[in-house]
Amino acid sequence: MPNSSKRAQFERVVLPHLNAAYNLARWLTRDDHDAQDVLQESSMRAYQYLDGFHGDSAKSWLLTIVRHTCYSWLEKNRPAALTTVFDEQLHGAGGDGPHADNTVPADGPEALLQQKQERHQVQRWLEELPVEFREVVVLRELEGLSYKEIGEIAAIPIGTVMSRLSRGRNLLQRKLNGTVDEES
Amino acid sequence: MSCEHTQQLLDAYVDGELDVEKSLAIEQHLSACPACRKRHEARRWVRVAVQSQARYFTVPDPAVRRIQAHLDKAGGGGRTLPARWLSLAATAAIAALLGSGTTFWIGRTSSEDLLTQEAVANHSRSLMVAGRITDISSSDQHTVKPWFNGRVDFSPLVVDLTAQGFALVGGRLDYLDNHPVAALVYRHRQHLINLFVWPDDKSAAAPMRAFARHGYHVLHWSGGGMRYWAVSDLNPADLKAFGELLATQG
Repeated sequence: MPNSSKRAQFERVVLPHLNAAYNLARWLTRDDHDAQDVLQESSMRAYQYLDGFHGDSAKSWLLTIVRHTCYSWLEKNRPAALTTVFDEQLHGAGGDGPHADNTVPADGPEALLQQKQERHQVQRWLEELPVEFREVVVLRELEGLSYKEIGEIAAIPIGTVMSRLSRGRNLLQRKLNGTVDEES
Repeated sequence: MSCEHTQQLLDAYVDGELDVEKSLAIEQHLSACPACRKRHEARRWVRVAVQSQARYFTVPDPAVRRIQAHLDKAGGGGRTLPARWLSLAATAAIAALLGSGTTFWIGRTSSEDLLTQEAVANHSRSLMVAGRITDISSSDQHTVKPWFNGRVDFSPLVVDLTAQGFALVGGRLDYLDNHPVAALVYRHRQHLINLFVWPDDKSAAAPMRAFARHGYHVLHWSGGGMRYWAVSDLNPADLKAFGELLATQG
């Protein structure tokens, strides 16, 4: 393919989804500069593999590349981010106990979120989720992708998408409910 | 359905990922079981919290410029592209229009294809050019609707659907299908929706039809003497819910 038409194809296929790509990279790396580095590398890969794109969802295709690039990048530069030892008490009791997810604060989180501090906390709580839960929550809640699309991007079966989303939300829910203090 | 089974499927239920039969079974269980109803409420709240409070990061301009510079070096195609993201993105929208326009002329032609192209290009342009998204910015339907008086020769239906999750952002004048059209802008989470409205020359209502083009979803229908074309990067299910809300208002 001549470079000029390849460039045009890049603009048509990749460019409309650059914000989605950056958003995912930023949530996975949790750092502006790291996310920009990953985006740069992902864009170059997307350009390189453009001939191989025949699917119907350019967004899923690009996000698959971004996710893969993020993981390689984190492995190389921030290995700790991938091996976060997750708090067993949180994790273990997170989703499966009978009372794990049915506590609702009297006024509901809407009332809690009126306080500015709480807003920052939701941001932080999501950032603190282990990466495998964080990515499915971001792809579902911020990108509005279907389980099928998320499964394709993260290379996991749909059942795993559902269970990770469920675990991730349980953890956030417990934070929102204030049932887990910072020490536990 | 048992409580245990309901809990297992609760996330898929709130995400609209279950088939009709299972959704109905869950709804039945929820109407009968206060404990599961509470779990369901809690689930909805955690979603609201994340969707409304977690940030959607947008790519900074310098990062886009670096990507362009890299492509200029790597590609060497000799294309000199505008340095600014906004211009670049507008170029992309036009390229998309021209690119598929070619297919259009060579291949099967239909006014629906052409309109889809136009609507998607209008949508992209509105997003890419700073300050272009709305001429009148207001979430008040009683401010937005009169703004169109004298600007178009029809009065578009303007409804605020904030309560249903689709907040009215504003309106602007656009051009589609050789007509000046009313463009109403709505926001659902981080996604903007352009709704193009103009009079229908056919009297019969047309059912809803959905398309995907270049990563955008398009939904159109007509009724009450008006044509409606909605374009967004929102997922098809939510866009359809939006269309259905509007169709019932008209």
